[in-house]
Amino acid sequence: MRQDHLISANQLSRADIEAVLDRAAEIDADPAAWASAHDRAVLGLCFFEPSTRTKMSFETAIKRLGGATTDMGSVESSSVKKGESLADTVRVVEGYADALVLRHPSEGAAKMASEFVDVPVINAGDGAGQHPSQTLLDLYTIRENVGLDDLSIGIMGDLKYGRTVHSLAEALTNFDVRQHFISPESLRLPRGVRFDLHQSGAQVREHTELDSVLPDLDVLYVTRIQRERFPDETEYEKVAGEYQIDTEMLAAAGDNLAVMHPLPRVDEIDPAVDSTDHATYFEQAHNGVPVRMALLDYLLEEHQ
Amino acid sequence: MSDEELRVSKIRNGTVIDHVPGGHALNVLSILGIDGSEGLGVSVGMNVASDRLGRKDVVKVEDRELSQSEVDVISLIAPEATINIIRDFEVIQKNRVDRPETVIGLLRCPNRNCITNDDEPVESNFAVVDDGVRCAYCGTIIRDSLADHIDPE
Repeated sequence: MRQDHLISANQLSRADIEAVLDRAAEIDADPAAWASAHDRAVLGLCFFEPSTRTKMSFETAIKRLGGATTDMGSVESSSVKKGESLADTVRVVEGYADALVLRHPSEGAAKMASEFVDVPVINAGDGAGQHPSQTLLDLYTIRENVGLDDLSIGIMGDLKYGRTVHSLAEALTNFDVRQHFISPESLRLPRGVRFDLHQSGAQVREHTELDSVLPDLDVLYVTRIQRERFPDETEYEKVAGEYQIDTEMLAAAGDNLAVMHPLPRVDEIDPAVDSTDHATYFEQAHNGVPVRMALLDYLLEEHQ
Repeated sequence: MSDEELRVSKIRNGTVIDHVPGGHALNVLSILGIDGSEGLGVSVGMNVASDRLGRKDVVKVEDRELSQSEVDVISLIAPEATINIIRDFEVIQKNRVDRPETVIGLLRCPNRNCITNDDEPVESNFAVVDDGVRCAYCGTIIRDSLADHIDPE
């Protein structure tokens, strides 16, 4: 992989993706062999929005490579509270770290940050934009479970604002994948993502109901429909209820269907699904560590 | 209709931007960043009869020869525009506008959540795509009414 930063999934070629996933598999097989691979590296964590999985798995990843973290802490306790710009913040933290992981509520924040610093920037979520490191662990999970070619995937829920969806859809265009998008009309894919999918010649279908397409799927990627996206509670309840998964519904699915979710879930997946062979979301979350170790290894290596 | 018949007079030196779609002359001036404060002589003819466009606008800027890169941005709202460089009342050069690859600092991204709309030291940056422009930061695509997105600042 030859990249200075990881900003958006559409910057990744198939070769880039496979290089990271192959490295992640090596790490997964023998994590101890990587324990001092980057033993002087410091990873700067700049999270302007809350995060559990992404932040913790990046912290674990750099520590398992022998490195350490420096964390700007919450926005409330940082200089951002005093009105410091993002451009200034990242230029300061650049002096303390060998790479930056940035989550920010504005779309394009990571791209802008990457223009102000020389160390690698990893976009850990920019508003409703992109979340490409999540995509790498999603792809790793898909590859481990059902392979990455000749595949039908259903991506369901909030396709408009879901940054994990945008990154995943764009990255999947590198593979022989039929993509089915299932959402209410009001939460369909945004124009920019459609444009990328169209440009890449991806096989894409859109649906408002899961039933018709479920039996054909190898992977069902479920995302949370957020309450704040709807003008009133009644409309939210109505829509959200139509995009929930339970064991009864999954009776119509193929035996090998992998149900994925970037987490956190609220009530999109009934807890009874957890004990079925379909449930892949906790494995997916755990894969965040080896995949982010592989990603950090590439970016730090490239930067040296 | 010939230049002689236009309601605005000929200029000695400068640039004439012709074949601008009717009603877009002021947008052309906005794109060029000309608002009168520079002290340049500017004449505008609006909704002049045109064989090619039905109605067209004409913009004449005195004592300034606009470069190709400056005028190419005009192609986004006036793809048929012609640029005439005038010296001593004579047209010494006549060019068409070409679509630029990027448009920097001219348009405001309509996505209020785009980083270019935050208080950050960054200019807007749009890539020109098949049928519009696309924000290089947030990916938002503008297809219609590009002139409505010209940043007044």
